[in-house]
Amino acid sequence: MRQPWRRSFITGALAGALTVVLVLTTAFVALAADPIKIGFGMALTGGLSANGKPALLAIQIWKDDINKKGGLLGRQVELVFYDDQTNPATVPGIYTKLLDVDKVDLIISGYGTNLIAPLLPIAIERKLTLMGMFGLANNEKYQYPNYFQIQPAGPDPQISTAIGFFELAAKQTPKPQTVALVGADAEYPQNALVGARDLVKKFGFKTLYDKTYPPNTVDYTPIVRAIKATNADIVFVASYPPDSVGMLRAAHEVGLQPKIFGGGMVGLMFTSVMTSMGSALNGVVNYDFWAPEPAFMAIPGIKEFLKDYQARAEKAGVDPLGYYLPPYSYALMQVLGQAVEGTKGLDQQKIADYIRATEFNTIVGKVKFGKNGEWAKGRTLMVQYQKIQGSSVDQFRGPGKKVVLWPDEFKSGSIIYPYAAALK
Amino acid sequence: MFPWDLLANALVAGLLLGGVYAAVSLGVSIIFGLLDIANIAQPAFLILGAYAVYVVNTGFGVDPILAGLLFTPVFYLLGAAVYRVYYGSFERRGEEALRGLVFFFGLLFIIEVSLSIKFGVDYRLVQAGYLGKSFEIGGIGIAYRLLVPCLVGLAMTLALHLFLGRSFYGRAIMAVSQDRLALRLMGADPVHIKTVAFGIGIAAASLAGALIITITPVIPSSDRDYIGRMFAITVLGGMGSIGGTLVAAIILGVVESLMSTFFGPSWSQAVSFGILLTALAVRPSGLFGR
Repeated sequence: MRQPWRRSFITGALAGALTVVLVLTTAFVALAADPIKIGFGMALTGGLSANGKPALLAIQIWKDDINKKGGLLGRQVELVFYDDQTNPATVPGIYTKLLDVDKVDLIISGYGTNLIAPLLPIAIERKLTLMGMFGLANNEKYQYPNYFQIQPAGPDPQISTAIGFFELAAKQTPKPQTVALVGADAEYPQNALVGARDLVKKFGFKTLYDKTYPPNTVDYTPIVRAIKATNADIVFVASYPPDSVGMLRAAHEVGLQPKIFGGGMVGLMFTSVMTSMGSALNGVVNYDFWAPEPAFMAIPGIKEFLKDYQARAEKAGVDPLGYYLPPYSYALMQVLGQAVEGTKGLDQQKIADYIRATEFNTIVGKVKFGKNGEWAKGRTLMVQYQKIQGSSVDQFRGPGKKVVLWPDEFKSGSIIYPYAAALK
Repeated sequence: MFPWDLLANALVAGLLLGGVYAAVSLGVSIIFGLLDIANIAQPAFLILGAYAVYVVNTGFGVDPILAGLLFTPVFYLLGAAVYRVYYGSFERRGEEALRGLVFFFGLLFIIEVSLSIKFGVDYRLVQAGYLGKSFEIGGIGIAYRLLVPCLVGLAMTLALHLFLGRSFYGRAIMAVSQDRLALRLMGADPVHIKTVAFGIGIAAASLAGALIITITPVIPSSDRDYIGRMFAITVLGGMGSIGGTLVAAIILGVVESLMSTFFGPSWSQAVSFGILLTALAVRPSGLFGR
């Protein structure tokens, strides 16, 4: 005869087991359905927002692309982002919320050196993998092994902006002898000027002018006139967008015509600036990271990305061409996505180890990171604006207006030298 | 040998810059200096004016300065409306001090964010035939990009000086800044007078915005670059003195220019503000303050 307590025990055990299985299954299904959250702050207002918003659009395009393909690890990707207002003071709060409240799985940085600086210590403290977006020399002090930066500055970021400029100058005949260095009192220009000073010594040029100016300067005529008075052969400028425009306009008004002019002028490559400045850009030799020249357009995926970006840019109110930061923002996400798939998980250390060891195929080409988290081999370009006429945006869509002069493997044309020859 | 040509060029560049700074500061001089209203949203109206000009310039090819002039009545009405809201919500209740400040702070952000949403955050520039061109007189180079805004700035200063000194409304504005009760006893409505003055201050800011976008590219947050200079010039000139505003603006412009040319531009603003502090230590009411 069966005992009633025994039957109820078996029934209870079965019910319990079923409940556990159900709970586990539900949890598993829920986990599988939960999106992978990627968190970041981004300059959507403030001084760097002209780049922050296009960067956000590129990241959103990557998210849409990856989700169309089924997401990462079979889970959809969700972006959680906040406006850092181009204010470094907001960064710790934003990332604390992202990590502790929003419980994001992965983080990337916002745009720019100043916004990465306060984030890096947080990533180090929490042992997170951090993808950096266009920070110059942020990791030089920390040498944090799990930081990876997508701007192709190379292993020595401080000289990356200026190396091509001075190497080109040194190759010209007759060789220029004297240099004027000028830049804004801000982190990027200061770093670029430090690199430029080293290169001036390396190539044996003589410095005649080396000064900085406050970032909110309104009129650059007195500065340009003082530079003109030195009669320097080379004028290297490290500036942010409004100063780049101000310096270039003042150079034309004052008649500053050194043998080679430009270097580290941020903003000249922005579409709004290119179309507004028009032929005033001719002859300027400046750094860049991307140009619609054949070598770059041949990279798989870039044409599709640009088509998508340009279709969405007008509605988003951002740079209509997107040739500066957006391809690299998308590439940054490609690296992170490929690392998640490659490690089949979200373990921060495994992802970092994978990124360190792997060469990635992206829409900006092959990306391999070196010891300090920068590209193992730098690829900052030197381009020269040539034959620009009027203010049509269409002339900038194709090759020939931003001719790549350096490095040789991406060279698409020859320099017009001296600067005055390009103005004719 | 001393570079006299550089000195002459620096002085002229400083004078041109001073004329523009005067235009930028006139609105603050009226609203903050005369009406005693701490409108910290003033630089946002400056940039709003610049964007209005940008739209008309890029859309219809209208000269930026002319576009700025065309927009002044619109901004006058906008300014008058803002003052009415401020008066009704804060000043009438005697809560203008801190809450009024918060109101204008909020207004500044609303304008900035609205511009960001509408126009995005690209740098905006205008086109005009004279931009990028210059001429030379006796070795002194003068860029039209600075000369035209400077002349407009000087004309604005003169017009406001004459308006405040000679017209009925101008004198009433001067009176309301000194004793609004006495003004009421004379049969004039202080609220109406202040509405007119506030509208003029905002219209002046919008026209100054046209000058700014003629000189340099703007983004919605460019207002932050001007807030310090605007209030510093107003205080240095002597609160509410139009002539004082012009003199203070020229002092700042010339000092900036001379420092940039001879001692390094990074010192220019530090020295300018050093002069402001020194002047205020010697004469707390400003150069032309009463």
